[in-house]
Amino acid sequence: MTADLTELTVGSARDGLDKGEFTSRELTEAHLRAIEAAASLNAFILPTPHRALADADASDARRAKGEQGALDGIPVAIKDLFCTEGVPTTAGSRILEGFTPPYESTVTANLRSAGAVMLGKTNMDEFAMGSSNETSYFGPALNPWRRAGDNRAVVPGGSSGGSAAAVAARLALAAAGSDTGGSIRQPASFTGTVGMKPTYGRCSRWGMVAFASSLDQAGPFARSVGDAAIVLGAMAGYDEKDATCVDVAVPDYEAALTGDVAGLRIGIPKEYRVDGTPAEVEALWQQGIAWLRDAGAKIVDVSLPHTRYALPAYYIVAPAEASSNLARYDGVRYGLRVAGETLEEMYEATRAEGFGTEVRRRVLIGTYVLSAGYYDAYYLKAQKVRTLIKQDFVDAWQSVDALLTPTTPTAAFGVGERIDDPVSMYLNDILTVPANMAGLPGISVPAGLSGDGLPLGLHVVGRAFDEETVLRVAHVVERAAAFDSRPEPWWDGAP
Amino acid sequence: MSLDKATVAHIAKLARIRVDEVDLEPLASELSGILKWIEQLDEVDTAGVEPMTSAVETTLRWRADAVTDGDCRDKVLANAPQTAEGYFAVPKVIE
Repeated sequence: MTADLTELTVGSARDGLDKGEFTSRELTEAHLRAIEAAASLNAFILPTPHRALADADASDARRAKGEQGALDGIPVAIKDLFCTEGVPTTAGSRILEGFTPPYESTVTANLRSAGAVMLGKTNMDEFAMGSSNETSYFGPALNPWRRAGDNRAVVPGGSSGGSAAAVAARLALAAAGSDTGGSIRQPASFTGTVGMKPTYGRCSRWGMVAFASSLDQAGPFARSVGDAAIVLGAMAGYDEKDATCVDVAVPDYEAALTGDVAGLRIGIPKEYRVDGTPAEVEALWQQGIAWLRDAGAKIVDVSLPHTRYALPAYYIVAPAEASSNLARYDGVRYGLRVAGETLEEMYEATRAEGFGTEVRRRVLIGTYVLSAGYYDAYYLKAQKVRTLIKQDFVDAWQSVDALLTPTTPTAAFGVGERIDDPVSMYLNDILTVPANMAGLPGISVPAGLSGDGLPLGLHVVGRAFDEETVLRVAHVVERAAAFDSRPEPWWDGAP
Repeated sequence: MSLDKATVAHIAKLARIRVDEVDLEPLASELSGILKWIEQLDEVDTAGVEPMTSAVETTLRWRADAVTDGDCRDKVLANAPQTAEGYFAVPKVIE
């Protein structure tokens, strides 16, 4: 048996299981022990050890009969935004406390039918609204990384902070997350993991707690590009239950990792050089450009002139859709109810106590921009700007096959450092939001360390439904970067 | 656009979220700050631009007009804070 089963990749764990070197039960037990020892990271809202062991035993039985799926016996963590039948699902909110879905989301059902073992439900910003995991009703998940020589807690990013922390801390081989404005890629960059948002419509949104329906998309976290490719292949696919899920074949993503980018045209968008970007982020970007050039790619300067308007337009579209989606939380059908004399008072009290500060802020902004007399000035204007943002990318695809940018303007920041300034928190997503606005696939790959020893990611964006090129470029960046730093375990019970 | 207390109270009412009187003023200044930042969009010339309706071009599919789900009342009610006689129950709305 391998010394530490939590150190494996998805690919090597799959091979080990196939060769009978260990069982899924052993692999799963190793991860459950790691989760128990890392309670102080608060990466999980709800670990599901009994379910995990039952899944593992079922997987071992399938394998004995030679009936295994693509992820059979692989322990994964699930963002607590995916409805899981019979397992409480909170979306990080008090208003959903006690809600046990009577149905399974399509993405988790797909993972399950590929044989994956569910370790538990991971922490997240409330309703995926946040970039630090600090808006979770269940307290912040913490980044397993800390600044060199500094023992203060650092955020794992958000909103999928728990999934990112779990994969970085070796509590899961991979995890499912969701990305509305950067909620997979930003935490991946902050935790030194790989995180991918596929094309809008690639994964079904059915059974995912809705935040902003025109932007939300599920995707994987893993510790290598190859693993992200394997897990995405299992999550993705057409689903008639989601009208926006697109009926196109899911390619073999692992096969896309050829290591060859010779002749591929990589665009470098000048507008992604934002004011105040630290020199180390700029230097890493230049390093990434050099890696791809050395690998034979052709580097092309491009312009995406509306980039700087993507974030403010997002802060109209996303809150508008959220205010509509979150209207369902009224204390009648599920979750929290706070008593009131009248029906109206019951609604207002339930929503006042059930929603946290950031969710209330966004629901109010969304309500305002959709209210009578303001719709054209805000929502319609934002959707027009969105057309221009998408057109920028369409124009760029005339001369390039993919884009390379930094994932985030800075490395991870400390817990409590930005929570009181909403706009400064929103600026985290300035480089990731344009891909959501245009529906495009993007991936963050760990590529280096900041001056104070925290991970930094590079970001590859591609054409709609061309995840293969995105993965192929990311894989070449990964090999060149040879990022092998890892967090120094400091949490209780760390190995 | 800067929001005043009365406007915040109005949108909180529309959103069915109770906001205490003391919170209205700070909330107004916070939301105004965000809106002021959003309003940089006014710089963008959008004359003649169609608003986006879908990030990825798709045509909506047809399906057979057939019942595919249902007959699961108890499952639907299982998460309700209060039920009565197979219905969701709420405070009295008719005198």
